[in-house]
Amino acid sequence: MIDVASPAAASAKRAGWWRGDGSEPVRRNLGLVGVLVLLYLVGALARPDIFLHGGRLWSNELTVLTQASSIGVITIGMTFVMISGGIDLSVGALLALASVWSTTVATQSYGPGVMILAALLVGAGSGLVNGILIAYGRMVPFIATLATMVAARGLAQKISGKLTQIVKVTSFNRIAEWRPLGIPLLVIIFVVVAVLAWVLLNRTTFGRRTVAIGGNAEAARLAGINIRRHTLLVYTLSGLCCGIAAVMVTAQATAGSSDHGNLYELNAIAAAIIGGTALTGGRGTIVGSVLGVLVFTQIYNLFIVKNLQTEYQQIAQGVIIVAAVLIQQFRVAALRRPVPPGA
Amino acid sequence: MDDAATVSTPTPAVEQAAPLLRLSAVVKTFPGVRALDGVDLDVAAGEVHCLLGQNGAGKSTLIKVLAGVHRPDAGDIVWDGQPVTFPSPQASMRAGIATIYQELDLVDDLTVAENVFLGHEPRTAGFVHRGPGARRTREILAQLGHPEIPPGRLVGKLPAAAKQVVSMGRALSRRARLLVMDEPSAVLAHDEVANLFRVIRGLTAGGIAVVYISHRLEEIREIGDRVTVLKDGRTSAANLPAATTSTRELVGYMTGRSIEYVFPPRPPAPPVPQRPTEPTVSQGSVAAPVAPLLEVSGLGRSGEFADVSLTVHSGEIVGIAGLVGSGRSELLETVYGARRAHSGSVRLDGRVLRPGSVRAAVRAGIGMAPEERKSQALLLGEPVYRNVTLATFGRLARAGFTDAARERAEAARVTGELRLVPADVRRPVRTLSGGNQQKVVLARWLLRGGCAGTRLLLLDEPTRGVDVGARAELYGVIRRLADDGVGVLLVSSEVPEVLGLADRVLVMREGRVIHEAAASDLDEHAVLDLVMAGSLLSGAQAEGDLS
Repeated sequence: MIDVASPAAASAKRAGWWRGDGSEPVRRNLGLVGVLVLLYLVGALARPDIFLHGGRLWSNELTVLTQASSIGVITIGMTFVMISGGIDLSVGALLALASVWSTTVATQSYGPGVMILAALLVGAGSGLVNGILIAYGRMVPFIATLATMVAARGLAQKISGKLTQIVKVTSFNRIAEWRPLGIPLLVIIFVVVAVLAWVLLNRTTFGRRTVAIGGNAEAARLAGINIRRHTLLVYTLSGLCCGIAAVMVTAQATAGSSDHGNLYELNAIAAAIIGGTALTGGRGTIVGSVLGVLVFTQIYNLFIVKNLQTEYQQIAQGVIIVAAVLIQQFRVAALRRPVPPGA
Repeated sequence: MDDAATVSTPTPAVEQAAPLLRLSAVVKTFPGVRALDGVDLDVAAGEVHCLLGQNGAGKSTLIKVLAGVHRPDAGDIVWDGQPVTFPSPQASMRAGIATIYQELDLVDDLTVAENVFLGHEPRTAGFVHRGPGARRTREILAQLGHPEIPPGRLVGKLPAAAKQVVSMGRALSRRARLLVMDEPSAVLAHDEVANLFRVIRGLTAGGIAVVYISHRLEEIREIGDRVTVLKDGRTSAANLPAATTSTRELVGYMTGRSIEYVFPPRPPAPPVPQRPTEPTVSQGSVAAPVAPLLEVSGLGRSGEFADVSLTVHSGEIVGIAGLVGSGRSELLETVYGARRAHSGSVRLDGRVLRPGSVRAAVRAGIGMAPEERKSQALLLGEPVYRNVTLATFGRLARAGFTDAARERAEAARVTGELRLVPADVRRPVRTLSGGNQQKVVLARWLLRGGCAGTRLLLLDEPTRGVDVGARAELYGVIRRLADDGVGVLLVSSEVPEVLGLADRVLVMREGRVIHEAAASDLDEHAVLDLVMAGSLLSGAQAEGDLS
């Protein structure tokens, strides 16, 4: 019953990149690339004047990427949280809080550097609060971040007096305007964050602990991993991503507002799920999440260029989330099916 | 094995007219295991029929066949004179068989009445009649001799004994004619057991049959009418009179299992002197006994185990024998720091370990292979090498960056030593057999040989779910580890395993260590005796243990 040299095992060694550790995510991500290609084809049919014209397509896609960048950064933080087996509902509210905090008259008087620093610190600090509540207060992530979601949004409204805070520091606003080599800085930030996150998840002990805790918290604990401290760090990381996104959104809007980041938690979770992140933890990839964000934004873009109302976009979004979760459940069921030895 | 000869052993005092339930030659096979290999069982209406057998003898599988959870591969079930099959739990329930599992399947957040009528609520068009349900529940509880249990109380707020009564109430509400009880007394205190027996007697007086499973022989004598003994998935003795069959005879039917495990030879001289007095003479010093590797003193956790003291020396395998619920797994987890001790201390190499800290234990050089391999030890979807390095990837990393190539190489080296099959460390652990999954867990702690080194291994049921062939291999691995100087503390509910593998054996019963001896001074018979009845103790001591 024990096959010593199964041909399957041998072929796994030969075609390692395909059949090795990452075959399932790789196949899934190729699927998402396929979906993106499909969306371009739909675009080409719907608006050939844009999608079949090199220059206009390029500028349209840069718009898509710019729109994707802030939600993309948040999705990356969310991906870590979800891989660790948690959820962060507070991301949109943390973004709003960081945005408002960094654009008060007082903060603006210190210049762009301090504004950016304030946003990052507020984001990471609020994430730390989430982490403390969950890791040391032993609260369920759903409830803890639901509470901070409401509280952070309220605090943002209190600070701003529900008024839009115009950013008068022009050098700060330039973050959204600057295009080194013709590529918007916001897109570059997104790419840099994604690359760093990929390295963090796949090449560092931090990433390994994240997967271990989400995959089997008890096994991780019994192997001597400090689960609480790591959970704390994961939520802090998510908060930091909210701070980065706050800078991006604020610069784009040239204003801080307690209304920024509305429903971002839903979009980020949906994008992560479409990208293959398991709601139960332990599984997920940065590439998948990035593709998930791009698919969403591209669909949104198609609605815009066809001048369709945003209601349709929301309906489509709901349908896509349901489809993605269903597909994921089928996959899990397939994985659970007993595997013949050596298959 | 000549089962024809073994089955036709003593027939009962009085043979009832037609049995309520008759199983003959029931066979159930799982991949790699023949769980039931020809079981015969006769249960008459109004009797308490006890089922005895060691761990792995097939009792649980038999219960599940009766409950309709498993379908037998061969054999006949005759129920009330009719040949039947139970394709589903519902079918078995409808026929009138109610099973009360050890972990009671009650819903804590529903009331007593709601639990009793769960799944068959008195109702009209989907609306539940609360009044009649509560009234019927009160009647049933009164019939069970417990009218004091309020039907409106949430089950979660009831003590264990009352929950059991509610479970039986559920069986009665379905008009069950056969009640299967799996170790009902395991969760009960002494006086509650007496109560349980009163309830059971009331039921049997009304013509209901009870299949009663317990490891405690004194209970079987008190409540049982007839006893059937299982061994290796077969009926080794049927319909013995419970009151008069001697303990020696019963244990005799349970022991001498035909599956003889191959155990590696022990080192010729005991690796470590048990009482470290004699060999130190050569050193000419009185105060230089061989210091134990692990020294547990007065360790206790209320409700689980109390005042446990033990030592493990380097290179020694110490086995703990005991039933489920005797506190052995809890003890192991407390030594490891996964549970915080309420009293006592754990020392490794003379240094006290911080209580309740797994990380302190791991850093000091302790490794554990927990009881539930899949839920407590493995990341099933992750590749083998990542499971092997789960406790060491940080140490193999450089400045926080993991080194996958080095991890794979190290994992391949260690799993190679353990002869992991298939040898590819990139395969997900999910695809491996039970024995090979266990090797992955062991490899995790062996990998540290180069780094801090694992000094002490805690093994909880290391061969659970491992097929017979792979067992011998695991035994060899564990012995080799000990020969390399690792101390091993082993827990197993399989007595032959403890006796065959360990150098020294501790017997646990109801949270206490009741006996300690060299494995060579014990046999299966003696250990089973101790585990089940504590009969080597004086009666007074036994009483003291219970109260």
